[in-house]
Amino acid sequence: MKARIKITLKTGVLDPQGKAISHALDQLGFEGIGDVRQGKYIEVDLAETDPIKARAALEDMCERVLANTVIENYAIELDGA
Amino acid sequence: MKSAVIVFPGSNRERDMLYALEHISGHKPITVWHQETSLPDVDLIVLPGGFSYGDYLRTGAIAGLSPIMKAVKEKADKGVRVLGVCNGFQILTETGILPGALLRNAHLKFVCKEVKLEVATNKSVFTSAYSAGEIIRCPVAHHDGNYFADEDTLNRLDGDDRVAFRYTSETNPNGSIRNIAGVMNEQKNVLGMMPHPENLIEPAQGGTDGRGIFESALEWVA
Repeated sequence: MKARIKITLKTGVLDPQGKAISHALDQLGFEGIGDVRQGKYIEVDLAETDPIKARAALEDMCERVLANTVIENYAIELDGA
Repeated sequence: MKSAVIVFPGSNRERDMLYALEHISGHKPITVWHQETSLPDVDLIVLPGGFSYGDYLRTGAIAGLSPIMKAVKEKADKGVRVLGVCNGFQILTETGILPGALLRNAHLKFVCKEVKLEVATNKSVFTSAYSAGEIIRCPVAHHDGNYFADEDTLNRLDGDDRVAFRYTSETNPNGSIRNIAGVMNEQKNVLGMMPHPENLIEPAQGGTDGRGIFESALEWVA
């Protein structure tokens, strides 16, 4: 099964890249642009077919390497679960 | 003083560090490849600067999973001194040996210049050769040196006298919180810092302000 993981900066963590994007959108003439936050999107293909086991494994992956929980949150979506 | 320098794929400041260590201590340091699983008995372990694993995922994240890092953590827990400079600092925060994280520089640009550092404490094996409050020169070269930690952690670092160096507010090159340039672990035997003291150790480099860190470490070797 396929997992889609979104990694975002925690509230309160400065996001200079998001700020630069917001500024760029503003310069292009897009109106009403507020806060922009940039994150990461990771797809993982898994041999595991049990969604509960898959989710547990993915949480372990996020905690240990995919996200840095000092500064980032993660959200896991599983296809077909 | 016996020392070891860990080399990761993408390290690029290990030669400067090896030179500084040998020049100041008079002993040739041991070079250890990141795939090794054990470390020889040394007084100081150094994680040098560079771009280990191309900074993929997050700076220092993949290097932090290298086999040698288990051995580094074990040695650090036993009180062996560990110094992480630049990418080495990023690796130490990624493995949780040091608190906090290094974010992208606030102005988004790679910064390569000289800054001024305040010695925030001289009560440590890395800073005893300086006086507290002394201002020293030091070069920096990084893209992700913007130190961040939550308020509780920052207050604890300050309260326990674990901030080793701060940028003077006029020379903070990356927006790091509370101007932090280098922090220590609870036992104060591990120091991580973004600036490169190994690049300012002899007059030919334009100054010797960085020597104090190595001389402090030497002082504490019985």
